[in-house]
Amino acid sequence: MALEQLSAVQRADTAPPDKPGPPGPRKRRRGRRFRRSWQLYVLLIPPAIYAILFLYAPLYGLQIAFKNFSVAQGINGSPWAGLTYVRQFLNSYEFWTVVKNTLWLNAYQLIALFPLPIILAIMLNTVRSRRYSRGVQMITYAPHFISTVVVVGLVVMLASPDGGIINQAISAFGGNKQDFLSETWFRHTYVWSGAWQTLGFSAIIYLAALAGVDPQLHEAATVDGASMVKRIWHIDLPGIRPVMITIMILNMGSMLTVGFEKVLLLQNPLNLSVSEVIDTYSYRVAFVSSLPQYSYAAAIALFQSVMGLVLLVLANFLARRVAKESLF
Amino acid sequence: MFTLAVLYPLTYVVSSSFSSGSAIRSGSVKLFPVGANADAYRTVWHSHELVTSFLNSVFYAVAGAVIGTALTVLAAYPLSRSDLPLRRTLTFFFLIPTLFSAGIIPTYLIIRDLGLLDTRWAIILPGAMTIFNLVVTRAYYQISVPKELLEAAKIDGANDFRSFFLIALPLSKPIIAVNLLFYAVAQWNSWFPAFLYLSNEHLYPLQLVLRQTLVQSSINPSQIQGGDVAELLRNRELFDKLKYALIVVSMLPPLIAYPFVQKHFIKGALIGSLK
Repeated sequence: MALEQLSAVQRADTAPPDKPGPPGPRKRRRGRRFRRSWQLYVLLIPPAIYAILFLYAPLYGLQIAFKNFSVAQGINGSPWAGLTYVRQFLNSYEFWTVVKNTLWLNAYQLIALFPLPIILAIMLNTVRSRRYSRGVQMITYAPHFISTVVVVGLVVMLASPDGGIINQAISAFGGNKQDFLSETWFRHTYVWSGAWQTLGFSAIIYLAALAGVDPQLHEAATVDGASMVKRIWHIDLPGIRPVMITIMILNMGSMLTVGFEKVLLLQNPLNLSVSEVIDTYSYRVAFVSSLPQYSYAAAIALFQSVMGLVLLVLANFLARRVAKESLF
Repeated sequence: MFTLAVLYPLTYVVSSSFSSGSAIRSGSVKLFPVGANADAYRTVWHSHELVTSFLNSVFYAVAGAVIGTALTVLAAYPLSRSDLPLRRTLTFFFLIPTLFSAGIIPTYLIIRDLGLLDTRWAIILPGAMTIFNLVVTRAYYQISVPKELLEAAKIDGANDFRSFFLIALPLSKPIIAVNLLFYAVAQWNSWFPAFLYLSNEHLYPLQLVLRQTLVQSSINPSQIQGGDVAELLRNRELFDKLKYALIVVSMLPPLIAYPFVQKHFIKGALIGSLK
């Protein structure tokens, strides 16, 4: 549907606006344009094959969410099952737990991690010494290049209750040792180790936006006697508002999908009650259980994709309404 | 403050990897190595499995970077040309899968149907091109390859192939560098596809071995040679710092590559933010 509309728009675009003309010549002109740019299409062939094989074929395979998939019969041969599996998920005992865990974890992450890169960027931007701020930038990017496996490994090792350096520090100050992967700590551990990893990198975008703020505004404000805090509040923050909103929308849209691998790595039988999210549940149903239920797992993933799309559209709508900025 | 918070764990890891195992256990390692030695690295170097997985990772990273960058550039250039018929439709063709993803299971089934399970291709191909990189690269071409230049080339008789290879590609070296780095680092750091698609241990990348060692805190005895009890006891002691040494080994390549492309890299990330 959307595609058809788009190509209709496209057709209107390519037609020369000043010569309406009968459909015949226009068609011919389009044909000629196609023939003239055939080489561009040749360049597009390998990426298109890639997209069809690895992006669209799985979308086609998603139909098993509505089928009784069996390995022997394949994707096409399996009999239809209608909404059985979607309904099974909605009515299942785990449904509310996994949805709640997913939303909690991601909402916490979204709210906790959104302001931090902005603060870091503003601080770096106000520092006078260029060398100092470059050095800080270099170091704070570094964790971005460290893999999730290593970050989780670090968390497990440094925060381990037996001999981890963090717990040693806690007991040195007279506190009780904590198991940071336990039910009570899981969400904090997940979110703040994420902060450690992504903060410096997320700040790049804000730094770029801050570099675009007209320095004359700052000079004028200084002449008028505005303090540094006032200048940040009234000049810098409004200057990067569009970027802030774009990032916020993007984060909200990907709210349900991020972090699957990390959650899976941090998960253990003891924190399952807070760490089981939609993704890991779907994964467990398909690959860990002794009887793989591919159709049920696909239905769960489908539910998540639909919810994610709804969230993205909703966030975009809100942004357009509230802030007069939007992504699309 | 934050810089310290980033630096400290990294320093701690490097120090621990050079310390003696008992010093790590007792917690006497704080900032600098205690009882400095390089046993752990020697073990890594002599372990057949670890070296194999390291080489596998290098292969995956290089192949993934080359294939991914090639696909990205091939798609980005035509889509950046405003005179391409059906440009909007084609762009959406590439964007739709990012808005609505199929999830792990259908992808797994497709990989299986294609006969890629348990082959190196299963690691390299499925995530070969990232749409985000495509969007960034396309924006780069739109900004940095001026239309006038292409038109002038056309008047001089260059066809689209020639203008792509002789004008657009040379002008886009920075974005190609960024793409190579992005893809290589992503491949280097990924473990899940390998976990899902591979059962042959000879194909395992380093990250998957790391996962077994660090997160599940178990070690395959065959990774360290020797089987008798005295040897095993020594191994337990070695194991603690081996973990730290492995982390260092796995972090080094991206961190070494990074400064070389840093300039381009920030530029690339900025173009991404311009959308």
